[in-house]
Amino acid sequence: MESRIIEIQDRASIRVYEGGSGPDLFFLHGAGGLLQNDPFLNALMENYRVTAPLLPGYEDSESEHLRDMLDFTLHSFDVLDQLNLNKPLVVGHSMGGMIAAEMAAIAPDAIERLALICPAGFWSDDHPIPDLFALLPYELPGLMFHDPEKNGDLMSAGGDFNDPEFLTEFLVGNAKRMGSAGKILFPIPDRGLSERAYRIKAKTEILWGAQDKLIVPHYASLFSSAIANSNLTMIQEAGHMLPYEQTSQVLEVIAKL
Amino acid sequence: MKFTFFNLMPWPYLPDDFRKKYRSVWVDIPSSLYDPVKGHTVYNDYLDTLEYAEEVGFDGVGVNEHHANAYGMMPSPNIMAASLARNTSKAAVVVLGNSIALYNPPIRVAEEFAMLDVISGGRLIAGFPVGTSMDTNYAYGTIPALTREKYSEAHELILRAWKEEETFAFNGRYNKIRHVNCWPKPVQNPPPIYIPGGGSLETYDFCIENDYVYCYLSFSGFMRAKTLMDGYWRRVEESGKDPSPYRGGFAQTIIVAETDEEAERDYREHVDYFYNRCLHVYPGFADAPGYRTIKTLQANITEQMTQNANVSKMSWQELIDQGYVIAGSPDTVVEQMKRLASTLNVANIFCLIHIGDMPKDKCMRSAKLFAEEVIPKLRNVFPDYADDDRFWINPIDQSSITETKEAK
Repeated sequence: MESRIIEIQDRASIRVYEGGSGPDLFFLHGAGGLLQNDPFLNALMENYRVTAPLLPGYEDSESEHLRDMLDFTLHSFDVLDQLNLNKPLVVGHSMGGMIAAEMAAIAPDAIERLALICPAGFWSDDHPIPDLFALLPYELPGLMFHDPEKNGDLMSAGGDFNDPEFLTEFLVGNAKRMGSAGKILFPIPDRGLSERAYRIKAKTEILWGAQDKLIVPHYASLFSSAIANSNLTMIQEAGHMLPYEQTSQVLEVIAKL
Repeated sequence: MKFTFFNLMPWPYLPDDFRKKYRSVWVDIPSSLYDPVKGHTVYNDYLDTLEYAEEVGFDGVGVNEHHANAYGMMPSPNIMAASLARNTSKAAVVVLGNSIALYNPPIRVAEEFAMLDVISGGRLIAGFPVGTSMDTNYAYGTIPALTREKYSEAHELILRAWKEEETFAFNGRYNKIRHVNCWPKPVQNPPPIYIPGGGSLETYDFCIENDYVYCYLSFSGFMRAKTLMDGYWRRVEESGKDPSPYRGGFAQTIIVAETDEEAERDYREHVDYFYNRCLHVYPGFADAPGYRTIKTLQANITEQMTQNANVSKMSWQELIDQGYVIAGSPDTVVEQMKRLASTLNVANIFCLIHIGDMPKDKCMRSAKLFAEEVIPKLRNVFPDYADDDRFWINPIDQSSITETKEAK
């Protein structure tokens, strides 16, 4: 997997991870960003030429110009254009799924194939999504994984919190990432997608972890009924980090697109 | 020095096992712990203490804004200030302040502050806090990373709304108003502006540039505030402005009794109540990611982490030795206040005389002793700036009003 920085006008400087061969696949990450040598991206690269940009606030991606949902959506189109990707398969996980769905709703003819992996973007009063911005680090694995014992290490910060330098680096990084994500997720991750989802024309695969405790499977049915040309797959023994917990099953579903 | 009597207005009926049973005094504290009938007495007692403070000789009376918070029951400080504007006649009405990013549109602040200034005859001190993350982000839903941008736009709009003589259009990012027309205008235009800060470099510079008073409102006492205030004074020096101590403000918990022993005996329980129950905040609500600027985080994290002492376990003497609480006989308090003044170079003191679940009579006793036995001995702590009235209220001359009426 390689990465490079691309410049979008004088508005954004974006790190993009690339690799693999096959049809073009454009991957939008969730609020946590990509993992170290991201195992899911590596798996995708076996079948696709994968392009995965990092949003501003993640690693060294930067922009002062993104504030609301429209900004994030158009920014993602800017990245597509800059990379000359023509109608790639668009895959988004969690917050990335929210952005991917917005792209498909705003420009229905530009996005023809879409995979939404437990996307954010809807809100149901009967199933309030836990406040991601008020969680302590130790609470995360239990909420994100079906099997935190086995997979929780994937989200480990990779250092010692007693080391002040590491702690500073971690807190600054976290503030940048979640500060950026907060522009479309805080305090409630609903920016009106449910009002626009009817516009989506793309052939859409919706994938959900049957044991997702962050965005519970109730939301799978909401997405499924909101997007006309969609198919829903519930995957067992998977939480919100579905692509990392059941990678091969996720790849099988994406392969249908 | 100038002394403002402050009452945070805490809820005094938090149960003994509050820390164990509930995770936070702020944001998601169950409202079943509130009782409006008791609340009626609490509010009125607290207002009594503020009015009494003017009577015994404090220079100002202070209120502030918090939301979903059991130690600060003033979601609208302006309501309290309105009552004080009527029931006091000399003291500055220190509203510290309105979290201007939360008012929609923020002209509301320009209007209400103008009303307060006019009703009080030019006695308003206008505070413009960004607001804590608990208030601004968690309780009021403002997006953390956009809070400061929204704040600075609100500040610009309010100042223009006061100053411009003609109706104008304001095309902001967060506020689009075709006809901005602030009626009434404040007597003092603008009133002295005080900015509560928590060590962010941007806030230092913002205060210095505009000649606003930088206020550090911590509950950790003056010794722990030194690094932060030193940082401010360094910026003041670099800017070339004078280091008048009136450019700074500090909140300090203060208890005065006849003797040191009496201070501990009569007041310790209320101090414990405050530090154990009122400051019990769930860490997940402390600092929404994006609320602080990256520059500030990088500069301050290590320091903040090492400053989190466990106050709930401290002895009375430790609380005093470490400066959390200034307490004792008038002589003891005078001496400690002088240390505070020289440590921080700060002349505006927000005196947290009411603490925790302190009843009205004890609060008034301590307030009276402070006003009568302590304040007179601190008046000339900063002789070089004895005449510096740039940062204080400039009320209407009442005699001129009487003359105008008679002339008519």
